[in-house]
Amino acid sequence: MRAFRRSIDVTPGLGRSFVAMGDGLTAAISISRAAVGPPSFFRQVGAILWKDLAVELRTKDILSSMLVFGLIVLVIFNFAFELRGENLILVAPGVLWVAFVFAGILGLGRSMAQEKERSSMEGLLLCPVDRGAIFVAKMLGNLIFIVILEAITLPIFAAFFNLPVLTPGVGLIVVLGTLGFASVGTLFAAIAINTRAREVMLPILLFPIIVPVIIASVKATAFVLDGKPWAEIWPWVNLLIAFDVIFLAVCFVTFEYVIGE
Amino acid sequence: MIGAQGFKGKSIQASLLAKSFGSIHALREVNLEVGAGEKVAIFGPNGSGKTTLIKVMATIMRPSSGRLHIAGMNPGENGHDVRRLIGVVSHNTYLYDDLAVEENLAFYGRMYGVENVKARITNGLRRVGLERRSRDRVRTLSRGMQQRLSIARATLHEPPILLLDEPDTGLDEAGQAQLWEMLTSGYADEPTVVMTTHNLKLGMSLCSRWTVLVDGEIVSEVAKENSSSESFQALYRRYAGAGT
Repeated sequence: MRAFRRSIDVTPGLGRSFVAMGDGLTAAISISRAAVGPPSFFRQVGAILWKDLAVELRTKDILSSMLVFGLIVLVIFNFAFELRGENLILVAPGVLWVAFVFAGILGLGRSMAQEKERSSMEGLLLCPVDRGAIFVAKMLGNLIFIVILEAITLPIFAAFFNLPVLTPGVGLIVVLGTLGFASVGTLFAAIAINTRAREVMLPILLFPIIVPVIIASVKATAFVLDGKPWAEIWPWVNLLIAFDVIFLAVCFVTFEYVIGE
Repeated sequence: MIGAQGFKGKSIQASLLAKSFGSIHALREVNLEVGAGEKVAIFGPNGSGKTTLIKVMATIMRPSSGRLHIAGMNPGENGHDVRRLIGVVSHNTYLYDDLAVEENLAFYGRMYGVENVKARITNGLRRVGLERRSRDRVRTLSRGMQQRLSIARATLHEPPILLLDEPDTGLDEAGQAQLWEMLTSGYADEPTVVMTTHNLKLGMSLCSRWTVLVDGEIVSEVAKENSSSESFQALYRRYAGAGT
């Protein structure tokens, strides 16, 4: 009984479960001393995020592939089109977001593939972790990797196309667009990882969903670069904010069912 | 010493447990009861459903039908609480190649909310003989060493229930001989163990109950005291031959 009481003391969740079991309870349990209670949601998010960043810092698998791909896209577009004047403002934002999105997809796929390769996702699922915490951590990891890509790519883009993209306005749009892209991308990367042709499946699944984000981001970036008043830019920014809020919530809730089996 | 476990009652109760993948029935109405501190070995040929059964009990997979209770709790309703009671050693090590040995354990320690994690990591590594490799990346370890580390990972949070799916994978003879010690030496009370293996000798020596799973069905259950190893081996070969 003393042991059972101790289990309630140290593990409130477990204690409640046993009380709820009523007379169906046949076991008197004392749970291990090692685990003192479920770690908080944010501690678990921090642990998974730390793990992803530590692995990436050592391997540079995700960042190197994204950076090389992003830069190649910029170089190709820079030499393929003679962009000048009004033409430049119309096309360059599209070039920028094509580089971000295509390079970002490489990173999304790779980050989930790392979990699949050694069945380490199963290891995560064995832990007493909220599935939403896994989503938030993976999404934050992807967001950080893509933001690093963007931070390196933007000055190069500015130099290639001679456009003032290093401004707070463009920064805001880039962050909002990337947040929506990373949240939906994390969910769909988790879906695609369980399919046979996962590298092909991810863009096929993801692109139709993120069309609003890409269009809004390209339009808003073009308007900012063109020096349009914010009254014209806000509708696109609002669309980005709405997309981010809705899809963050939807992806958070549905992730559990995606990685369940 | 690893601390105070001690179920008094059924650690695992599975009744009419079934799992299907489309038209493939991996488990068919499995009934299994494992008491507190009991050690059960599940033998079976390839494809008999051993890994699926372990995964269902470990809450990685949901059963298609049937009832499962771990320590009196339904994993579907009390997933977090159930997972805290379970440690899984599998042929998959669930380790990260590019993290150091101690970093892997620290990560899992945080996920389980383990107290005094540094001391427990040191003890765990000593138990599995890897204290000198604590700063090395996992990818530099041999397969057997990774399996030892996987044992330290699975027991870091001192789970009272151990689910072992081919735990001897990659272990050399010395490692197999030390397997039980590595798994249970820190426990004050005997943990409950369910182990699947192809290694009849190992399973029979470590467990007090021997079960045969063929085509997703438990076809035989024998208590160690009621059977000789020779007669059980003959029985197993008959079933395994029928199942393959």
